[in-house]
Amino acid sequence: MLDILTGAISLGLLWAVMTIGVYITYRILDIADLTVEGSIVMGAAIAAKAISNGVNPFAALFLALFGGMTAGFATGLLHTVLRIPALLSGILTMIGLYSINLRILGRATLSLLKLDTVYTVFESRGMDRTSSTILLGLICVSAIICILYWFFGTEIGCAIRATGRNPQMVRAQGVNTNTTKILGLIISNGLVALSGALIAQNQTFADLQMGTGSIVIGLASVIIGEVLFGKKNFMSRLISLVLGSVIYRIIIALVLELGMPANDLKLFTAITVALALSLPVLREYLYPVKNSIKEGN
Amino acid sequence: MLKIQGLYKVFNPGTVNEKLALRNIDLTLEEGDFVTVIGGNGAGKSTLLNCVAGVYPIDRGSIVLDGIDITKMPEHKRAAFLGRVFQDPIMGTAANMGIEENLALAYRRGQKRTLKWGITNKERALYRELLGPLGLGLENRLSEKVGRLSGGQRQALTLLMATLKRPKLLLLDEHTAALDPKTAQKVLEETDKLVKEGNLTTMMITHNMRDAIKYGNRLIMMHDGQIILDIKGEEKKNLTVEDLLSRFGKASGEEFANDRVLLS
Repeated sequence: MLDILTGAISLGLLWAVMTIGVYITYRILDIADLTVEGSIVMGAAIAAKAISNGVNPFAALFLALFGGMTAGFATGLLHTVLRIPALLSGILTMIGLYSINLRILGRATLSLLKLDTVYTVFESRGMDRTSSTILLGLICVSAIICILYWFFGTEIGCAIRATGRNPQMVRAQGVNTNTTKILGLIISNGLVALSGALIAQNQTFADLQMGTGSIVIGLASVIIGEVLFGKKNFMSRLISLVLGSVIYRIIIALVLELGMPANDLKLFTAITVALALSLPVLREYLYPVKNSIKEGN
Repeated sequence: MLKIQGLYKVFNPGTVNEKLALRNIDLTLEEGDFVTVIGGNGAGKSTLLNCVAGVYPIDRGSIVLDGIDITKMPEHKRAAFLGRVFQDPIMGTAANMGIEENLALAYRRGQKRTLKWGITNKERALYRELLGPLGLGLENRLSEKVGRLSGGQRQALTLLMATLKRPKLLLLDEHTAALDPKTAQKVLEETDKLVKEGNLTTMMITHNMRDAIKYGNRLIMMHDGQIILDIKGEEKKNLTVEDLLSRFGKASGEEFANDRVLLS
């Protein structure tokens, strides 16, 4: 049981990097960005290919990060310069990435068995796979949270945050909202690809299909974090994303343990997210507004 | 300060919904002019302001602001010269951000945004000082989310943001129309004060004839995409609502038909 829990926590930390990326587009920019489904595979593919070609596993993480950023840039250009709706822009990049990812990998699956990964560095110092994953996950997640907390407090970061809420006002304050949207998409997809690279190295293979449904997993984690930990200040929101991602993995581990077939996981996740997103509506049905206005008020 | 020449704007050209919204507008504003703009629905008032602000590209003509041709300049670049307040209080601020963060965004209008902190302690002191005279108590709620403020408070804040960096031209698009009469009056008085103190060149759309007459040194009336009246100086000072209505009748050949304007 403890094994299941620590396994879920370690996986949750790696997926938390991706969850933070999804949060940037979904909540900060107010865009449901499907590029994610392709950029997570892209990150995995770049890292796997690089490592199998003898590149340092840590350098491979950075290559993946840059790859994801270019994917985000592509979606950003489609959405802003060519004015294609955000959802469709993401879908177009995602579909395009399928071919690109296949070219990077050269085949449907690339194994990293017996090759050095970022985790083997820790394992060689006597740690097991799970604890080295948790340690590296924590380092990555903390570094990303610190950098993002700083970045979204800068002049550029503030402009990006305002863009998602009120682009008209941001333009009136002299900011090019095309630039802020593109920047947000670049950062988001960079993180998603980094997450993909961490996951691929952890599971010791990159797979062309591993991105399917990842956007829903990201959204589920964002929403779990919000529901359980509220929407207080920015730092606590960032931390809630990590907790949301970890809790999502624990829930999945538990339902699998309870005997749900693994093939039903995606359906389970989709239904969970649909339920979570419809909570406000469901609440209206369950607790209709009572006539609480008293006479004379 | 502002020179508009031969401005035309067509919406939905080539469709059944084609509408000539502005036809051959010529307008020159002197430095420090406070112009009130009045007219019925669909007269082209907001379209004119939005064309100056760069929200819509124009179809013909030119717009020159303080010697700079801004006809083809994108909206976010022109913003360096313009202060804007919108009719809808929601439009002028970012609800998910604090009062001070909104002010800080406006404080950097026209500057390149960098990776420096989005807001400094020195600025906070300045904002407190500027918010105090509004009498809304906002100076003690700097970090509170703007989404929690009332419409009047948000409009007062937007007005402050529009003038925080002195604009070459202040554009007010019926910025008190969505407020209750008392709050509207307060925001208008604050507007008048800010414009006078800063000697700001201003265009203010209003649907209230009395306000249009009371404020500013010049009044233009629009009808069917054209400027049909331009009253300034002494003549503007002695203007009455009755004068305005009869002059509208003569200029347009129609009765002034806008309940919103007449009833207010």
